[in-house]
Amino acid sequence: METEAQTEIHSAADIVTARQRGRTLALQLGFNGAEVTLIAAAISEVARNIVDHAKKGEIVMSSVMSSATSNSGSGRRGIQIIARDEGPGIPDVAQAMQYGYSTRRGLGVGLPGAKWLMDEFDIDSRLGRGTTVTMKKWLPYK
Amino acid sequence: MQVPILKQGGYLIASIQSVLSDADLLQLRDSLGDRVGEFRSRGVIIDVTVLDVIDSFATRMLRAIAHMLKLRGAETVIVGIQPDVAFAMVQLGLTLEGVGTALDLEEGLAYLDTKTKRIPADGN
Ligand SMILES: Nc1ncnc2c1ncn2[C@@H]1O[C@H](COP(=O)(O)OP(=O)(O)O)[C@@H](O)[C@H]1O
Ligand SMILES: [Mg+2]
Repeated sequence: METEAQTEIHSAADIVTARQRGRTLALQLGFNGAEVTLIAAAISEVARNIVDHAKKGEIVMSSVMSSATSNSGSGRRGIQIIARDEGPGIPDVAQAMQYGYSTRRGLGVGLPGAKWLMDEFDIDSRLGRGTTVTMKKWLPYK
Repeated sequence: MQVPILKQGGYLIASIQSVLSDADLLQLRDSLGDRVGEFRSRGVIIDVTVLDVIDSFATRMLRAIAHMLKLRGAETVIVGIQPDVAFAMVQLGLTLEGVGTALDLEEGLAYLDTKTKRIPADGN
């Protein structure tokens, strides 16, 4: 079973590739159809942000296990998606996370939307250095 | 991958065949704009049954296509949004505001029939 997938994001076509790989991994991990689509949608948004705002970057997806520090409880299996770029960075992350805020006449829905779709969402951005978004979604307890 | 556009009566039907890249969506917009003029179509159906995800970009494009076609005198209806896809759109806070939607092709045709019905000038 493949538990890690890395996708270089350079163009819009790579967004489709990342989404499909995420879908495959999520299915293998045991997520149901509706959850797989939510994960694919979140991947689509963060991948698109790389293309739109940073030009290039990568998406790494893997299987994870929650730790004791997770507010979702420890020992849960899930999927982790990391979207990383070395683009311009975000001057005001709190503002960028607001629904409807866009610096490029986008819908401004990508970041807040991806956060809603996933269980955990973390964004680390440094001006002139780049942006890393880390998101996780847990499987229900067996 | 190009989206085939079929002419059916006074309408055009664009059936999206696979996951679309941004370029495909832009191209779909341009060719629908041209065809509506060429065939003097009053209505357009965009069938998205096979789309695995409708993200914010796709939503923005579909809205833009519908609004542009409206300015060209044609009504647009999006058909075939799958339940999981619709659920993800709701979670993302995406709406197709101002764009017609219908369950499937048949419902889409019925929708266009009502929308494009000519009302007689004298009221009869
Ligand atoms: N990877 C990134 N690098 C630089 N800026 C970003 C990145 N992702 C998001 N942003 C900034 O955050 C804003 C909000 O992002 P988002 O909610 O996805 O809306 P949109 O992409 O439609 O503008 C963007 O307009 C952009 O300014
Ligand atoms: Mg975005």
